[in-house]
Parts: sequence; C-alpha cells; structure tokens
Amino acid sequence: MNGSRVVRYANLELRLLLRNGEQLLLAFVIPLGLLVVGLLWGANVGVDPRTFPSSVIAVATWSTAFTSLAVATGYERRYGVLERLVATPLTRADLIAGKALTACALVAIQSVLLSAVALALGWRPIWGAAGLASAALGVGLGIAAFAGLGLLLAGTLKAEVTLALANLIYLVGLVLGGLLLDQPPVLPTAALGSLLRAAASGVGAPLPLLILATWAAVLTLLARRYFRWTS
Amino acid sequence: MTSSPALELSEVTLTLGGTRVLDGLSWTAAAGEITALLGPNGAGKTTAIRCVTGMLAPDAGSVRVLGGPPGSANDRVGLMPQSVGAWSAARPGEMLRYLASLYPDPVPVHELVDALALAPLLHRPYRRLSGGEQQAVNLAGALIGRPELVLLDEPTAGMDPHARRRTWTVIEGLRSSGVSVLLTTHDMDEAARLADRVWIMDAGRVRICGTVPELTAHASLEDVFLRHTGGAA
Repeated sequence: MNGSRVVRYANLELRLLLRNGEQLLLAFVIPLGLLVVGLLWGANVGVDPRTFPSSVIAVATWSTAFTSLAVATGYERRYGVLERLVATPLTRADLIAGKALTACALVAIQSVLLSAVALALGWRPIWGAAGLASAALGVGLGIAAFAGLGLLLAGTLKAEVTLALANLIYLVGLVLGGLLLDQPPVLPTAALGSLLRAAASGVGAPLPLLILATWAAVLTLLARRYFRWTS
Repeated sequence: MTSSPALELSEVTLTLGGTRVLDGLSWTAAAGEITALLGPNGAGKTTAIRCVTGMLAPDAGSVRVLGGPPGSANDRVGLMPQSVGAWSAARPGEMLRYLASLYPDPVPVHELVDALALAPLLHRPYRRLSGGEQQAVNLAGALIGRPELVLLDEPTAGMDPHARRRTWTVIEGLRSSGVSVLLTTHDMDEAARLADRVWIMDAGRVRICGTVPELTAHASLEDVFLRHTGGAA
C-alpha cells in the first residue's frame, strides 16, 4: 500500500462525493434537519436532549459508511471505474484504503459539524475518557461494519438494485434499526446508537463494542469474499 | 524493444456463472506491434483482457504480461476499458490529472489534449459528454502513463469519422514509438488498416490467426471473420 496514492484517491473521491446532490442530502441535510428538529421540538415527544445528538451522529455514520459508499461503489463498478483504476499502479488495497479514508474523513466532518450545531443549540453531554474512547472506537467499528455491508451489496448486485436496496435498508435502519431509539444491541445500527448515547452520558459500553466488532469482522470478510470488481 | 512477446496467453480456461467463457484460449501479442483481437459479441475478448489486467483469474492456463504475471507491470500498461471508465461527475481534466499522478513518468496532459482534440471537453462532467467524446477521453486515460503496452477494448466505438481518424493516427503513432498495442474491434476496416497480426476468436478460443495480407489473400477480412465465427455458412 502506498500512502500518497491512498490520500490522492481519497481526496478525489471526497471532492466527487461533495459535488453530488443526493450524497449531500444524505450526509448533511437529513442529519442536520433531524438534529435541529429533535433539539428544538423533540421534548414534546420524549426526545432526550442529552443523548439525541449522539443518535444523529450514529445516523450520519450509517448514511455515509453504508448508503453513500454502496451507491457510489455500485456505479463505479458499473461504469468501469474500478476496472480502470485496478489496471493502474493504484492497487486494490490502495483503493479500499482510500474509500475507508474517505468515509472516515466525511464522518469526522459530519461529527464535528453536528456536535458544533448541537452545542450551539444547548447540548451538554457528559464528556468522560471512557465514553469518548468508546465512541471513537465504536464509530470506527461502525464504519467498518457498515462499509462491509455496503461493499457486499455494491460488489454483488447491479448498480440500480444496489441504489434501491441501499436506500431501502437506510430507511429501515433509520426507523427500526436502533439508531435513534434504544433497542437491544443486536444489529450493528442498534449497537452503535446505544454506544454513542452511553458515551454522551460519560460511560463506555463494552457489550455494544463487542457486538460491533463482531459485525465489522463478519461483514468485511463477506465483502472480501464476494465482492466482484466488474459488473 | 524485446524479442519476447508483450502478451502471451496459453491454454487459458475460465468459467463464469456456469458458462465456459474462455476455452483453451492461446494467443500472443508481439512487442512493438499492433495486434487485433476480433470476435463476435460474447466471444470472450473483454474477458481475455480482464485476465490480462488481473481483474479475473483463469481457472487454468497461464497469462504473461511484459514478461510477468498479470498486475505485476501496471505502471507500464495502459487500459482503455469498453465501458466509460470514469465517474459520471468527474471532469475529464481532473480525471486525466488524477490518472497522471499515479504513474512515475506520465505524458503531459496537454499533449494528449492536443492529439485527441479534448480541449473543449476538459471542464464538462463525463455525463454530459457524447459516447464518442467519452471514448476519446477514455483513450487519453489509457495513454497518460506513457505505457509500453496498451490494451484498447473497442477504442473507436461511437466515434464520428473525424475522431476515428484521429484515434487511428494516435494508435499508429504508438507503434512507431515502439509501444505494443492490443485492440479489439468490430470494425474490420479498422483492423485491416491498423493491425500487424489478427487473431479471430469465437466461443472462447482462437479460430484463425495471421497477418492481414495472409488472412485477406483470397477474401476480405470480413468474409474470413464470418467464415470462422458463429453464424457462418
């Protein structure tokens, strides 16, 4: 793997992603809308203002690492972008690392932006070393798990099917997957949501971390096994 | 230039989705020459190129690219895939600059822009280019790394006659510079004009090969193609 090639690839992919209206909607508009509505008017329906911004960061991680990655990669595969790039000195490992770096960079931007807006709207989390460490590790594992699922779809299905399915799974994960409301941390979405909410209360969450790590390992291995580079 | 072939496939077999796509395929592409690989749709031409680039691994047989296994010389090989090969939102200028950054000694972008008349296209997103314009940028992407071997999968498909003639001139210029070229095409005139050697394949294996004068001694290249591939009388 070559560090400068990885960074250049991630830089190009991030620029293309930020130029795409649908991706901007998923990455920024929906999470920011959820955050503002939830913090300003959510108290009437039982939204906890201490943990809600954490839930929205979980949603942002889900949309970026799963939906955006799946849709973008599906079309890269269909348009022969992957075929072209893999025939250059950019190796497959460089390309995957570049995608991981793009997802991490975008989630970092989203997290900083969402935290800043939440703090401006009165969010007062309890920061603690255990909670922060748990949150950072959890987001990293969440990115790995969601990206594994996204690449599994994008690498095995047609681009149009990936587009439809990724958006459907995104909505199901958003509404029923435990990102916004506590559920037993069985699914990776629920594990990340409960872990980040616990972090905002200053505590770590070892069980959700373990569950996320397991999902990350399983989904990335499945993606590695079944991903096809050409359509 | 070396005497060993730029490309060598030997008894390559590959089954995809239960269908045998390559069936003991063997051919070579000599260094410094233009080699045309012809065949009807579904004959296995693109699959063979994917074995050359290492995208697909054969079930049996061997592939040698510039003396090494597939993927071992990617900084010396240029690929023009049959599909677009670019992000729909990317602009040709940024795409070419990015591809150039991957190679140790790239061709200056403006040289390819001039040779292929790409200047009016550089700042338009790919999705707003016509099929022929996309092909021209696609060709530039294959050449940007100053390759020793170029793989061109239907390079002039969708091009107007002006762009096609420009592309032929560029391909002939590559041969003059000692670059080895493998091209697939359905245009028999293109193959007859450009190729030093022609391999005609069908159903995953070679049916006949030779130089253009050898193959066309008694019939046109199209007649030879029709006689040796599926549907021929």
